[in-house]
Parts: sequence; C-alpha cells; structure tokens
Amino acid sequence: MNRKNEIVISLITLVRKEIKRYLRIWVQTLVPPAVTMSLYFVIFGSLIGPRIGSMDGLDYIQFMIPGLIMMSVITNSYANVVSSFYSVKFQKSIEELLVSPMPNWAILIGFVLGGVSRGVLIGIIVFFVSLFFYPSFSIANPILTISVLFLTSILFSLMGFINAIFADSFDDISIIPTFVLTPLIYLGGVFYSINILPEFWKNISMINPMLYVVNTFREGMLGVSDVSIPFALAMIVAFIAALSGACLILLNKGIGTRQ
Amino acid sequence: MTQFALEITDLKKTYDSDVVALKGINLSVTEGDFFALLGPNGAGKSSTIGIIASLVTKTAGKVKIFDIDTDDNFPEAKRLLGVVSQEINFNNFEKVMDIVTTQAGFYGIPLKEAKVKTEITLKRLGLWEKRNDQARTLSGGFKRRLMIAKALIHEPKLLILDEPTAGVDIELRREMWEFLKEINNNGTTIILTTHYLEEAEQLCKNIAIIDHGELVENTSMKNLLSRLDVQGFVLDINQSLNEPPSIDEFEIHLEDSSTLNVAIQRDQSINSLFKKLSDQGIEVSSMRNESNRLEEMFIEMVKKS
Repeated sequence: MNRKNEIVISLITLVRKEIKRYLRIWVQTLVPPAVTMSLYFVIFGSLIGPRIGSMDGLDYIQFMIPGLIMMSVITNSYANVVSSFYSVKFQKSIEELLVSPMPNWAILIGFVLGGVSRGVLIGIIVFFVSLFFYPSFSIANPILTISVLFLTSILFSLMGFINAIFADSFDDISIIPTFVLTPLIYLGGVFYSINILPEFWKNISMINPMLYVVNTFREGMLGVSDVSIPFALAMIVAFIAALSGACLILLNKGIGTRQ
Repeated sequence: MTQFALEITDLKKTYDSDVVALKGINLSVTEGDFFALLGPNGAGKSSTIGIIASLVTKTAGKVKIFDIDTDDNFPEAKRLLGVVSQEINFNNFEKVMDIVTTQAGFYGIPLKEAKVKTEITLKRLGLWEKRNDQARTLSGGFKRRLMIAKALIHEPKLLILDEPTAGVDIELRREMWEFLKEINNNGTTIILTTHYLEEAEQLCKNIAIIDHGELVENTSMKNLLSRLDVQGFVLDINQSLNEPPSIDEFEIHLEDSSTLNVAIQRDQSINSLFKKLSDQGIEVSSMRNESNRLEEMFIEMVKKS
C-alpha cells in the first residue's frame, strides 16, 4: 500500500477514536459546558447585565457572548487533549500507536484534531445556547470568527498535548488548567473591556495572551476589539508553529512517551 | 543464504537513572524460528523487546528486522513486527471489536478490510463471541488473547511475545501453545520471553539467556539440554526404608521412608538402576523428574554470570 494512503488511514482512525471517546461520555464532555454557560447567561447576562448597562457600546450580554464561547472552546480543547493523551499514557495504550508505523507528526495531528473537534463542537453548542438569551445576535465577520475559533482550538489543544507529555499523575493534568488557564481567561477580557481598567492594570492586561484570543474572536463576532487584530492573529499563528515544533521534538525524543 | 528475522548488534541501553540495562547484546534470530529469550527479572529482556518495538530508545547499537535497519526505516520494519507486551495495553472501556479494528487502522488497513480481518482473527482466537463486550469485562485469559489478536491483525512476519502466558491457567496456556505452534508452522517467526521454562522447552527451537544486560548463552534448545550432565529423579517405592539402598554407581538419598532421590549421570543407564534396586528387593511404583531440566540449567547459568 502507498505510504501516504497508509498514513491518511491511520490518522483518520486516530481522529475517529478520539471523537468516539468524548461522544461516548457526552454527559461528562458536552452537557456541562452548556449548563455552565446557561448559568453565566442567566446570572451575568439577564440578571446582573441590565444593571451594568452597556460595554463598548453593546448590551452587556451581547458583549459577553464571544468571551464565553472562547472560554468554553479553550478549556474544552485543552481538557480533551490533556486528558486523552495522559490516559493513553497511563493505561499504556499509547503502545498501540508507538509500535505502529504511524509517524509522530500524524499522532500529534490526530490528538489535536480530536481536541479541535470537541472545542469547535462546544463553541457551536454554547453559541446556540446564547441565542436563547439574545436571539437577535448576528455575526459581524464570519470568516474571522471561524478562523479564530479553529486557530484558538488548535493552539490550546497543542498546549494540552505538552501538558500531557510532562504529566506523571492525574494531579499534573489539572494544575495548569486550574492555576494558569482559568485565571488568565477570567482576566483576559471575557467579562469586561480593558478600557474600563486603570492605566496600570490595562498595561498589565496587555501581556495576557488570552486577551488577544478573546478580543480577536469578539472582533469577528461583534466588530469590536481592544487589541490590534493583525498582531493578535500573527501571535496566535506564531504560537501554533512554535508549539507544534516543540511537540514534535518531544515526541521524536520520546520524552514522556518512550523510556 | 540464511535470512534473519532479527539481527541485533552491540545493543546498549542506559536509563536516565543510570541503570545499565544492556551492555552490548549481539543476537540473531533466523526466519521461521521459534526463539526463547530467557533471563531473570531485571536481566534486560523487556528492554531488548522495548527497543525492537520502539517503546524504549536505545543508547547504542543496531537493530535490523528482516534486513531493514530500524534507524533507516522504522515504519517499514514496524509493518513486519507484531508485539504482545507483558502488561495489558488497551483501553479497558472499549469494545473488543473496536480495539482490534482500531489497531488495524493504525497500520493503515482501511476500515472495511480491517473489519473482515478482525472477524477472522477474533474467531481464530475464540474471541468472536466477546466482540461486543467491553474489554474490562474479559477474564485474564481472554485479555491475553485480545493482546495477541491486536498483535496479529496486520499479519506480521515476526511476532514478539513478552510473557504471554503470565497469570493464565494451565488449560488456556496449552491452548495458546497450540495456537503459537500453528502460526509458527505457517511461517511466522516467534520470539518468546517467559518465566515458565517448561514453556520454552516445549515450544522453542533456539534459546538465548540474558543476565545483567549480557548474553550468557545463545544456542539451540537441543544443544543446551544435551549439556545436562546429571538429572535428578524421584522414585516412589513400595517398601518402607530406614536408610537409602547402597548402590556404588548411583548417588541415592532417602527423601522419606518410601521415596528415593537419585542422581543419574549422562553416561549411566536408568535400566541398570532399576535392576540393582530390584536385586535388593526394592520395587519402584512410579518415577518423575526431580524438577524441570531447563530450569536447573538456567539457574546454574544465571548463578555463574
């Protein structure tokens, strides 16, 4: 058989396996983000939002929607890859992949596509949930929105992969999401515009990478942003390239996967 | 010209913890062979297998599978290789059918063809009835069979089994022996590690013994067994004795009043022993080997190394 076909088949097999994995436990993987985001929309959007008024000239609930979608996409893409790859290491089923002729780059793409599929699916679910609370929502720039959705999902899937490579216990796969990702997301402009912050905190916020991801997505959905879009897009793509390279080096050296 | 299924040259492995697992192993396994790789725990067997299967990175040396250097073209070499690991290495929450079909997919076998191959393999291994069961519900023996099914799904020319019958009951172990003999007869080269030396003696044509990361023996099973100078036999007798019978040529001990333990040299005849016992009015009711012959040899070699 042609080597290219062989690799394509092995890649499709891995992606199918990854998708089946999270669909099999859909109550744990797909339902919680929908429920959590509904609560955000009810509490911060419908109850507290009207008292806040407008943000960047938009209804508060409308302003929040892109941030909450991005928050779900980031956490789910990351969680999918980190838990799936760590699990295959933990139960040694990674050997199924390592003994096969599948190249390392295909293994990486397989896991990342699994994470992207879940992240994007969750993003779509949260978007439809948001329509219950703000039915008149319309997307300002669909191409930018979809591009950022996929790029963000790829970026955080890669981060999850690196976390899983270095993880030696289940604690290790929850430390970064809890103590790094979540605070950065909450402080990255999901619930507010950095224009309302004092100058000092505004400058501090500018070094938070989540700010660029959330604002670029907000630009796509609503046409408003606190940051430069070309710069943000360039940074996302650069980070994807750097992290992909790092993942491949780790896989080729066998760090965290081979003894 | 002899075709080698596996050629290992000066293979070395030192782990990050500075443990030296392999000190420069040289080993060749001929195509079609049923080869035993033996050694005590920590000898370096699993490191060797891990390197061949790319689960462990080597420190130095060369590995060739059917003349393909794994440094030059590991994917091609892997296509010819099937590995049954010592530990269960599948997702216990997946169905038996899915586990094997997915493994076929990783080898580039299209889904439709993979399903057909999976059906054939599961039927051969008596797993077809369990195809829709989650792997975690299988007994230990069936899990072992599933490991073999996974390793065979891409029809490898070289199959490596790392203690495949560990924890498996005698009946199933014998069934697995028959199965392995059959696939070996059909042309698959097999390398086996096992702690059951009787298993190696029954199945394997050639043998290598590894200890402290070095090869201490590499020969044919026949040659190895022929080197046994003394064999111990346990004889149950019909009389009750207070002391062992005195026969000059044989070293006899009394295990209990009606059991004798006799050491017989290679050049001695067992008929002569029976005759001399009979002359003294001692009747033997049954006889057995004191212990597994290979086991004695193995312990002796490992002690020396």
